[in-house]
Amino acid sequence: MDAIFIQILNGLDKGGAYALIALGLTLVFGTLGVVNFAHGALFMLGAFCAVTTQKLLTISKHVQDTSITFFDAYKDQPYLEIWWGDFGRTIIDWSVPLSILLTIPAMLLIGLSMERGLIRHFYKRSHAEQILMTFGLAIVLQEIIRSIFGANPIPTPAPDIIAGSAPIGALFGLDEALVYPWWRLIYLLFSIITVSGVFAFLQLTTFGMVVRAGMHDRETVGLLGINVERRFTVVFGLAAVVTGLAGAMYAPILSPDYHMGMDFLVLSFIVVVVGGMGSLRGAVAAGFLLGLLQSFASMNEVKTIIPGIDQIIIYLVAVVIILVRPRGLMGRKGVMED
Amino acid sequence: MSDKKVSELSRRGFIKVGAGALAAASMPMFFIKDAWVAKDFRNNPKGAASVKFGFNVPQTGAYADEGADELRAYKLAVKHINGDGDGGMMNTMKPLSLKGNGILGKKLEYVTGDTQTKSDAARGSAKRMIEKDGVLMVTGGSSSGVAIAVQGLCQEMGIIFMAGLTHSNDTTGKDKRRYGFRHFFNAYMSGAALGPVLKKEMGTNRKAYHLTADYTWGWTQEESIKNTTEALGWTTVETVRTPVGAGDFSQYITPVLNSGADVLILNHYGKDMINSLTQAIQFGLKDKMVDGIQFEIVVPLFSRLMAQGAGDAIKGILGTTNWNWSLQDEGSKAFVKSFGQEYGFPPSMAAHTCYVQALLYADACERAGSFYPPEVIKQLEDYDFDGMGNGPTLYRGADHQCFKDVLVVRGNANPSSQFDLLKVEQVVPSAQVTYDPKIFGGELGPYEV
Repeated sequence: MDAIFIQILNGLDKGGAYALIALGLTLVFGTLGVVNFAHGALFMLGAFCAVTTQKLLTISKHVQDTSITFFDAYKDQPYLEIWWGDFGRTIIDWSVPLSILLTIPAMLLIGLSMERGLIRHFYKRSHAEQILMTFGLAIVLQEIIRSIFGANPIPTPAPDIIAGSAPIGALFGLDEALVYPWWRLIYLLFSIITVSGVFAFLQLTTFGMVVRAGMHDRETVGLLGINVERRFTVVFGLAAVVTGLAGAMYAPILSPDYHMGMDFLVLSFIVVVVGGMGSLRGAVAAGFLLGLLQSFASMNEVKTIIPGIDQIIIYLVAVVIILVRPRGLMGRKGVMED
Repeated sequence: MSDKKVSELSRRGFIKVGAGALAAASMPMFFIKDAWVAKDFRNNPKGAASVKFGFNVPQTGAYADEGADELRAYKLAVKHINGDGDGGMMNTMKPLSLKGNGILGKKLEYVTGDTQTKSDAARGSAKRMIEKDGVLMVTGGSSSGVAIAVQGLCQEMGIIFMAGLTHSNDTTGKDKRRYGFRHFFNAYMSGAALGPVLKKEMGTNRKAYHLTADYTWGWTQEESIKNTTEALGWTTVETVRTPVGAGDFSQYITPVLNSGADVLILNHYGKDMINSLTQAIQFGLKDKMVDGIQFEIVVPLFSRLMAQGAGDAIKGILGTTNWNWSLQDEGSKAFVKSFGQEYGFPPSMAAHTCYVQALLYADACERAGSFYPPEVIKQLEDYDFDGMGNGPTLYRGADHQCFKDVLVVRGNANPSSQFDLLKVEQVVPSAQVTYDPKIFGGELGPYEV
């Protein structure tokens, strides 16, 4: 029972991350019709917003390291610590949550610039050309990050107070030794709030109504005198913000490195394909479903019956879905069924 | 008439041949040694004023920072071999044949290649350096998969490969090659060095759970550590293979929580090690108690560069390393000083092994008096040396594996500087980690290719 409970929690936690990433990707495809292979790079850029915040808060005074005597070595002492002591240290400690303040405007700017500067020129091109262009863009972005931050992962820890584990066993009347990392629980909560926020925005605002109408029939909405293009540009910015926030909050779970976007790219496409291209509900449902499946497939009891299933389960599900229901679980009829 | 002539020639001929044979037999061996030079071989420098080494390191990809450190060390080695700089370990290496004027009087130059930590890319760049740049020797790398692939290519092409960072038993075990040499230690040695320390720290009644990177290095390390711990009396609860570059290891860590295990052994390196260790600690494993016993995490292969990536997670964790910059022997001090003055920070263990490999190859050529690979190989085989940072060392001829002291280290809880991340707990003598080469099988192959 304990093992199943913890795998469910782990599956939901993983699913939250997959859903957040896939949500942005499917928003862009659903509105602009663009297959954005630079989406993983947006996730990576979000994580590096957290790294940048940490670096900014730890801008340091360069002082000689007297513990090393055989060559001139230097160590860094953050100015915040010098000026404000313990309070300065606390601010540095909370750099990841604080990075949200930087991530939202930075990712909005990046998203709008990408759409206006590059992607809009490819709206009427084939999907193959869109893929080539956005994939190239992803490589350029990751190489820029590598040249600035290096190739090694950069530790970006959660605040000390929530860096440990929550006693979930005691809370749910299970084995008292059962724990789960606080930050992962926060991430799950964060993903649920963000996904709900995006849905609320699209369902409850006039802006969202126009966007949804445009997703169904862009031409008719245009004929009503509404500038759909401008709204879709904002949607691209919104998708970048959602994905960037997913990346920034993921930094304590996975130390950011320049290549992390590529690692998530294939996964996010699978989530979108399984959920249904262009379906927001499908992306979220598929995210959680694949997270749970991956988590349960990694149980030793399951792997004893089907060895290696943990490494192929997601792809296996994708293959079955594409064969049986090409439009995905909740995809619109006609999409990807040509 | 003709009979007389034949008779006279035979007598003279006999005297000439007899005198010649006597002179040859009485001649010192060093006159004969240079006969190798006459034999042609791939990339023979002949009358050229310079020779080239090929530094095949990861310049892009997950191990690019480690590759950059290897390249720094190689450049320093070239400088020292050519007689520039402070000489570094050339001041401490014993015995030493290099004279500080290049190799056999020829200036040493180099070209670089990018392995990308991919076997195909590494073989491609090594081939390019051998065929187009005419390198005499290929060296470097940060992965066992890459080392085994490049070593195989070098054997086929008759070019010596001095491996960089490779820890799999297979490199000098079942996949060993006559043209491949490894200075770095291996997974078996890590197990042999860790065993007594684990016994002392954790006792003989433990239950271990392995998470293992699913490729040659991970498999051999898991096997070696498992053999060691089971010999101590530990039981192995589970061995779980994880895909390389998994990123999020949470689905592999959660089953550990209620598996009954009280030790987690992470057979991961690089980015995988950073992520799995950080996440294991987030899951509370470091503070966990199992049946009143403190849960422990062991990382059998440590590096300072990786420790930097893991941040505070590394504190208190036990592992092994090939070399650490804090060692106080003359060789280590000379190298760290030289490297520190050049670059402003201390070298990694990858940098150390690469620097030593470059010097060892150059010195072997100098001793051989030739660049002819079979003769250089014979100079390296069963060669004893000292002053290179790991105490007296043997380059064993039977498998081309170096045998030297191994360091058991622990993540430093109170580092005195940003580089002071690993504390040396014990220097395990070479004799304790030496094994019979037959246990891993493999064939070295011929000298002549």
